[in-house]
Amino acid sequence: MATAVITPERENYLNQEYGIKSWLLTTDHKRIALLYLLSITFFFFIGGFFALLIRLELLTPAGDLVHADTYNKLFTMHGMVMVFFFLIPVVPAVLGNFLVPIMIGAKDLAFPRINLLSWYLYMIGGALILHCMLTGGVDTGWTFYTPFSTAFTNTKIIEAGLAAFVAGFSSIFTGLNFIVTIHRMRAPGMTWSRQPLFIWAMYATSVIMILGTPVVAVTIVLVAVERLFHLGIFDPNLGGDPLLFQHLFWFYSHPAVYIMILPSMGVINEIITCFSRKRIFGYNFVAMSSIGIAVLGFLVWAHHMFVAGISLYSALVFSALSYLVAVPSAIKVFNWTATMFKGNISFTTPMLYAFGFLGLFTMGGLTGLFLAALGVDVHVTDTYFVVAHFHYIMVGGVLMGYLGGIHFWWPKISGRMYPEAWGRLSALIIFIGFNLTFFPQFILGYMGMPRRYWQYPAEFQVLNVLSTAGSTVLGVGYLLPMVYLLWSMRYGKPATDNPWNAAGLEWKTSSPPPTFNFDQTPVVDFEAYDYEHIKEAEEVPVG
Amino acid sequence: MSSLIFTLILVFAAKYRKRHGHQAEQIEGSTPLEIVWSVIPLCVFIVIFVWGAVIYFHERTPPRGAAEVYVVAKQWMWKLQHQEGQREINELHVPVGRDVKLIMTSQDVIHSFFVPAFRIKQDVLPGRYTTVWFRATKPGVYHLFCAEYCGTQHSGMIGWVTVMEPAQYQAWLSGGGATGSLASTGQAIFEQLGCSTCHRSDVQGRGPNLVGLFGKKVQLEDGRMVTADENYVRESILVPGAKVVSGFKPIMPVFQGLVSEDQLAALVEYVKSLNAPAGAGGTKVQESKVH
Repeated sequence: MATAVITPERENYLNQEYGIKSWLLTTDHKRIALLYLLSITFFFFIGGFFALLIRLELLTPAGDLVHADTYNKLFTMHGMVMVFFFLIPVVPAVLGNFLVPIMIGAKDLAFPRINLLSWYLYMIGGALILHCMLTGGVDTGWTFYTPFSTAFTNTKIIEAGLAAFVAGFSSIFTGLNFIVTIHRMRAPGMTWSRQPLFIWAMYATSVIMILGTPVVAVTIVLVAVERLFHLGIFDPNLGGDPLLFQHLFWFYSHPAVYIMILPSMGVINEIITCFSRKRIFGYNFVAMSSIGIAVLGFLVWAHHMFVAGISLYSALVFSALSYLVAVPSAIKVFNWTATMFKGNISFTTPMLYAFGFLGLFTMGGLTGLFLAALGVDVHVTDTYFVVAHFHYIMVGGVLMGYLGGIHFWWPKISGRMYPEAWGRLSALIIFIGFNLTFFPQFILGYMGMPRRYWQYPAEFQVLNVLSTAGSTVLGVGYLLPMVYLLWSMRYGKPATDNPWNAAGLEWKTSSPPPTFNFDQTPVVDFEAYDYEHIKEAEEVPVG
Repeated sequence: MSSLIFTLILVFAAKYRKRHGHQAEQIEGSTPLEIVWSVIPLCVFIVIFVWGAVIYFHERTPPRGAAEVYVVAKQWMWKLQHQEGQREINELHVPVGRDVKLIMTSQDVIHSFFVPAFRIKQDVLPGRYTTVWFRATKPGVYHLFCAEYCGTQHSGMIGWVTVMEPAQYQAWLSGGGATGSLASTGQAIFEQLGCSTCHRSDVQGRGPNLVGLFGKKVQLEDGRMVTADENYVRESILVPGAKVVSGFKPIMPVFQGLVSEDQLAALVEYVKSLNAPAGAGGTKVQESKVH
């Protein structure tokens, strides 16, 4: 295990205690972050494996690799695993857990034991979804639309729902923990406006988590009740309304997109400022845009339903509100761009990921404008255009931010440097592989290829082959960091306390930090991102 | 639009690169600039919003006098019934240049009627009618897809829309297969189920007179006013107690589970046809075209 290989010169959170028990019963937010890192990576590769099978099936127009039912289960499990067990927890539970207390100068989160409970709930949810997969899986799509899910499928709806339900509580607890910690445990001098913007992003995310997740929990219970007791809630044959399900589902699942993307946006702030050697441009606007996204994000859910049978007028309102939520996202992109202006930019691995994030997120965001336009949405919704759009946001955006963050804080987390050349190479491979995989899907969708198709008319084949080819490149790109990061834990160059010469409290403690993060509670007498006070001479090592 | 923004980003990216090696120049931010880059996108967004909304309104408002086709979706096929009586499966024949309105429902789960070439898509729900309309402008054969995931053979629930020259279409119509118009089928079902014993057109029966009903406002027993559209007629057959007409007793038996969606479509069409003698605009036009 990782603990064994850290040179035990300085006492830190990794070498203070040894043994399985010291990990499974830990209340240290950094160790819990590592537990999450392992388990979330595991689920990422499961979800990725399903994705690869999906792409292989779509290599040819005929449904020839797997049976139709198997294919339907593959995309359902891919969606469920990636959404509930990877995208939603990934940045908050790994980077957030590790960084929130350190960044604000606290010893730990407000409720360390609840934090551990969050991880156990995540694991219980994960075990349920694994069991569900191994004993037959689910074929409804991760969206569980009724009445298909309540009356027409014989697959393991209840168990899959329970998995999402339990994992949901894990994210509620994490959100709660972060909110209390950020309110109550900031070090002396760490005012709200001195906090790193990553903290603001985590705060906004936590608000969505605790307000939105209970709604999906209730929805899952309603689906289970209708399925088990035939109580008419969503099924019109029992007197229910199938659109009610869609409203409830998207009331959570749209904000959930912001649970995924906001934390990554937070990471991007830290990376861009550090490698541009500059303060963030427009701190207040960036911070407030996170809150703006969190609030407005709750008011746009029915833009998933423009062709579902809602009234003309509600479609109008939701379309207009969807444009409003695009404004704070645009503000962020402009501010990041302005931050780099006249900066002194070094192209390290995290920065390359940040560039990738900017490109892919902007692409995803702009295609979102197409989708929010009512007239266009009618044509492209439920096609591969939508698939491409949300992968640009959720994989392009979230994953680029996450990988950038993992590389940026890897020296702090592991106490070792990752191999820079490999890092840059993998960032490049991922960027190319990603675009090769998903860009053709925009065209496919515009041409009219519906999503969730096991077989398709032959005229769509060329673009599908391109997409499948891209996915193999992307797969290699994702495997590389896992390999060289693991390698670096043993063989990497030991990291100094502040290898990037970065601002922020996490770089003022040792790498890896001691169990309680700081030997003395730090006093904050500097603004966020005060790069003007950090000497250029000790510039970033490039290796 | 997006290509403009992307070009800007690329130009900027090239610019930052040149700065490598220079000393960073600290800039705190600029409120005027923030306002500029919030307000300009907002204005652009409003323009796109209005543009999209206008198209959507047009797309969602079927013109009067459109030919009507009833669509029943089920796992995993499309069943279509023309007013003239023709029935099709996974195929729809329409004349070029004619407005066509589809009145759609599903027998089981949610489906979605998607013809990429016509830029139309509408979910088809169980338990209610949704509508969509189009006017084909070029003869040809176009893909029909199910766009809402509906189970095992979702990707097999596809078909063709054949757009024909009017003459060809007339030939196709008279090509046989149909046994009388859809309304006459509806009338037969109406008699067979005994509806006509209460819903009489000559004297006041125990149920409301249906002649001239379609499209009118109806005063309900609980004080509400509703329009007698397809969904109203459909619901009043299946679950009559849901909306009882003022002055009548809730004595009509429930037909849920007793009439199929295909029969319902015929019944709805029959109720509509009862307007024709009274000279109600839209329906009359369609009726005259039948001959």
